[in-house]
Amino acid sequence: MDILSNLALGFSIALTPWTLMLAIIGCFIGTIVGALPGLGPSNGVALLIPITFSMGLDATAALVLLTSVYYGAMYGGRISSILLNIPGDEPAMMTTLDGYPMAKQGRAGDALVISGVASFVGALFATIMLALVAPILARVAYLFGPAEYFALYLLAFSTLGGIASKNQAKAALASAIGLGIAMIGIDNNNVTRFTGGNLHLNDGIDFLVAIVGLFAVSEVFVFIESHGRGSALGVKLDKVTVPWREIWSTRWTMLRSSILGFIAGVLPGAGASLGSFLTYMMEKSIGGSKAGFGTGVAKGVAAPEAGNNAAAGGALVPMLTLGVPGSGTTAVLLAVLMTLNITPGPTLFANRPEVVWGLIASLLIANFVLLFMNVPLVKIFVKVLTVPPALLLPGVMMVSFVGIYSLTGSYYDMLLMIAFGVMGWIFRKLDIPTVPIILGILLGNAMENSLRQAMTLSAGDASFLFSSGISIGLWVAAVTGFVAPLFLRRIIKKPTVPEMEVPDHAKPID
Amino acid sequence: MNLSNGKGDRIFGVVVVLVAVAYGVAALQFKQGFIVDPVGPKTFPLIVAGVSVVCGLMLIVKPDPDPEFPPLRTVGTLLMAMLTLVAYAYAIKPLGFLIPTAIAAAILSYQIDPRAKFAVAAGLGLSGGLYVLFKFVLGLGLLGVPKGWF
Repeated sequence: MDILSNLALGFSIALTPWTLMLAIIGCFIGTIVGALPGLGPSNGVALLIPITFSMGLDATAALVLLTSVYYGAMYGGRISSILLNIPGDEPAMMTTLDGYPMAKQGRAGDALVISGVASFVGALFATIMLALVAPILARVAYLFGPAEYFALYLLAFSTLGGIASKNQAKAALASAIGLGIAMIGIDNNNVTRFTGGNLHLNDGIDFLVAIVGLFAVSEVFVFIESHGRGSALGVKLDKVTVPWREIWSTRWTMLRSSILGFIAGVLPGAGASLGSFLTYMMEKSIGGSKAGFGTGVAKGVAAPEAGNNAAAGGALVPMLTLGVPGSGTTAVLLAVLMTLNITPGPTLFANRPEVVWGLIASLLIANFVLLFMNVPLVKIFVKVLTVPPALLLPGVMMVSFVGIYSLTGSYYDMLLMIAFGVMGWIFRKLDIPTVPIILGILLGNAMENSLRQAMTLSAGDASFLFSSGISIGLWVAAVTGFVAPLFLRRIIKKPTVPEMEVPDHAKPID
Repeated sequence: MNLSNGKGDRIFGVVVVLVAVAYGVAALQFKQGFIVDPVGPKTFPLIVAGVSVVCGLMLIVKPDPDPEFPPLRTVGTLLMAMLTLVAYAYAIKPLGFLIPTAIAAAILSYQIDPRAKFAVAAGLGLSGGLYVLFKFVLGLGLLGVPKGWF
């Protein structure tokens, strides 16, 4: 079996004390990041990237650390959903619906344990599926030429914008802004573009600066504006026992939700928020009105948590095999790969198996570590919720600065980061999504180059872009992904998420 | 057309159109590089500018309802925070990590929650704590205080 020998290779890397330690540290930091309202997986990982690189970690180590943070944040998001009725991150939004009522009935401990186990089931399922599906998809990717890649990038933008945003014009604009920023600098043909003669800009704008600015710095501005409202202190959690029977009663819910969540995660643009939404709605309709969803039932916390953790794992599939991220956080992880000079895609699986399989094995281990941290040790993380925002947010800001400063050593990049922070704040006010901007900055050059290569191959004949079955399929999917939500939005109404109780700063990007 | 609601989107739409046109005009000036390819350096930026103009016009014609804009005082606070950060960006190299960090963190902390004593403690604590973490635990090459002080 191919996959077994690959996994053996992976475990031989993942089980070294150094990698194991990084995975454990990553899980720990991730759970904290997830639990804190205002810090979600994407800005948590964004914050840590520059520091990781300044420490000079190698590719496998950096990836293991940061994906453990990503997985940990997905686990941790439920903690404040259940205890405070504030989602620790957006995918954990649905967990508030039954988690908080459970906590009000004095069953916070049960809710945390059940959702922790559900997270484990979802994430473990997704990681196993990642190991099975990713190599197959990577082989399909060999069939992709520049024309297909161009269409694929377009698909990523249209679905990410189409599904994740309320206004198609704003989503498309955000993508265009990102792509426009990516054009700054010297292109691969030695033409200097949009630098205004500023030498700092010749290498283009560092996407890490943009990511930290848009995700982390803007968060601090949002908090200053709201004066840290909505973050409660003095959370209490008595004793935590394991309600075995109740967990067993949700086994089919967890399994169904894991499958649906994984599929939602693999689809470009859908991501973990959609995963948890779909799974909750599915279980609600299966259970019917008798099941009492929304009043604090075990299945109501099991479904969204299994769903969003499975989706988080699923989102890694297109990112690793095609280099096209399906969500904000995987876009940030793509930035990690690009900084490490690793090109995702089929060649990654063929040439750097130690990176891919070391990562997959580490994620399998991380899941068990996270189960341990999030069930028996959950009390530690509950304490974290009592950190006042007036200490936390300045800390986030200072970490952002130190990260960028030690990475680039230039005041100019710090100023750019502040500018991106202000931009992020304004865009969030105007409800313009920031994830497509990041995606545009990350993929802009690759997208342009694939267009230029395709046109060079066809000597300028534009019909070459639609000349293969794959590319036609991708174009159709891209147009559908962008247009369909316009109609679907009228049919499917968003669920009644407790809108008023979710302050602005508790809704970071998935 | 009700012009009073959706002002935010309309103003932003106008800015987008202007910037996108300028961007497109700048792109038109690009000359082919050493190797000539059929797409050239200007096509993709022109597409991006075109999409942006269309989206900007959409925002002007069909804006969303305005969000809750912060009152003038909050805007002042935010400007203050921004200036603090700009000053911090310039100060961290010549003045070392400790002093600018303590001041900047204290100001930000005060702006989130106006408790002076807490803010000072947060500034000092963050500055010292993060320095130890970055310098000694993570091994980053940070300068604590200006060169030549010790």
